[in-house]
Amino acid sequence: MGQKMLMKGNEAIAEAAIQAGCRFFFGYPITPQNQIPEYMSKRLPKIEGGCFLQAESEVAAINMVYGAAGAGARVMTSSSSPGISLKQEGISYIVGAELPCVIVNMVRGGPGLGSIQPAQSDYYQSTRGGGHGDYRMLVLAPSSVQEAVELTQEAFDLADKYRNPVLIMGDGLIGQMMEPVEMPEHKDRTDLPPKTWAATGWKPGCGRDRAVINSLYIDPSVLEKHVNHLYEKYAVMEQTECRWQEEMTEDADYVIVAYGTTARIARSAMRKLRAEGIKTGLIRPITLWPFPAAPIAKAAEHAKAFLTVEMSMGQMVDDVKLAVDGKKPVHFFGRTGGIVPTVREIITQVENLAKEGK
Amino acid sequence: MEAQFLIAGFGGQGVLLIGQLLAKAAMHEGMNVSWMPSYGPEMRGGEANCAVVISDEPIGSPLVTEIPIAVIMNKPSMIKFTPAMEKGGIMLYNSSLIDITPDRDDITAIPVDCNGIAEELGNARTANMVMLGAILKKTGVVTIDSAMEALKATFGPKKEHLLPINRQAMEKGAAAVE
Repeated sequence: MGQKMLMKGNEAIAEAAIQAGCRFFFGYPITPQNQIPEYMSKRLPKIEGGCFLQAESEVAAINMVYGAAGAGARVMTSSSSPGISLKQEGISYIVGAELPCVIVNMVRGGPGLGSIQPAQSDYYQSTRGGGHGDYRMLVLAPSSVQEAVELTQEAFDLADKYRNPVLIMGDGLIGQMMEPVEMPEHKDRTDLPPKTWAATGWKPGCGRDRAVINSLYIDPSVLEKHVNHLYEKYAVMEQTECRWQEEMTEDADYVIVAYGTTARIARSAMRKLRAEGIKTGLIRPITLWPFPAAPIAKAAEHAKAFLTVEMSMGQMVDDVKLAVDGKKPVHFFGRTGGIVPTVREIITQVENLAKEGK
Repeated sequence: MEAQFLIAGFGGQGVLLIGQLLAKAAMHEGMNVSWMPSYGPEMRGGEANCAVVISDEPIGSPLVTEIPIAVIMNKPSMIKFTPAMEKGGIMLYNSSLIDITPDRDDITAIPVDCNGIAEELGNARTANMVMLGAILKKTGVVTIDSAMEALKATFGPKKEHLLPINRQAMEKGAAAVE
């Protein structure tokens, strides 16, 4: 670990990516993530083999990512909600071609151009695929700048391990806020499979087959087999990559489920509720997909009720309900359009549940 | 211990820097800190503000919605943030540029002649450091030495010659609210 620095989330993510070996960045400006391309534009050209390119559009940027990933490079793009929508076609192609890359979405209010303030209303898009076709992506949701750094570094390893894009889902607050950061020294993982599939130039007698980067499978039976293969990978991810943080759930009557920015606000609310004598706990999903259903199902055995808090009209709450499986009531509180819920609002929600004995 | 600040003014007055120095100094003193700027399609010279939270516990929301300590550098910011003040809160305001007082009798308003004191020192651009000195005196959240360390790191070697006048500005600001 290096020295503690005060860094903006966006800049910290960009530096973490470089530390993790990212040498290619393609993007297009949009608030509130502009410090990522800005930082990359300063740093990457000074690094050997580094390439920063501001593309003519988000669609171009994601297809440049497709190309660099196909050549085996560690590559990243970043954007915010409307820009991520534009990238969906390319993301689907990248998944179909089984290529690793890291995508950052600093979510802003929607739909449409919406607002530039923090939101979590891209949960469905992030966790259910987003583009066309049967697929999933690992979705990592940091709730502090330090965690954003650690998850970014790991995202590159996970992308390589599974040959699948990894999405980092933050919001305007995670991107714009400054917090103390210690940049961990990145160690190359030795257990990652060699990129024998990369299209790096084939010559007769070079000792391997041609590397074909493709997502087109005209024969349905071949495509079905290919998609089944993707889902075998997703099954492994579900078994091994699920992450969450639990606080004070053991004896909790009320369990708040929240991620990212909302989770830190919920944590403050939980502390104050505990001080009032209302036994409250918190489950914070770190991976939004795969979703940590197990700890929620376990808490459902003793908790009276759940409260899901999101900066949306209620998207993750569906996954919480699936995990609870009807055993206990699952309530929802959300603010949307770029409004961040306050500690007071969350406290009031739980107090009301306790009062009504729900 | 938790201290929450809302620091507001217009772009160019150094309000974001006041916040960053508070956060950096507190970080070096071993506290948890967060600094959150307003961001958006602001015009040059338009409004700027940031929220700073300093705590010995992990920080929840980095936003400050019920303001315990407001630092107000211009008149539009006073009008905008007075209603958001917590009851019993403290508002330090730049009386050089603000010819009104906050319209609340349940908060403590402390005038600081930031620009006047800075001009007396011969460097009008240190008005924000005068205010920082006043904040440190009134809240005791970090020491002037820590704030100076943070400023030194921010300035880098190129602006090191400006450190003494900035220290003077902080000390004058502190003296002004004694």
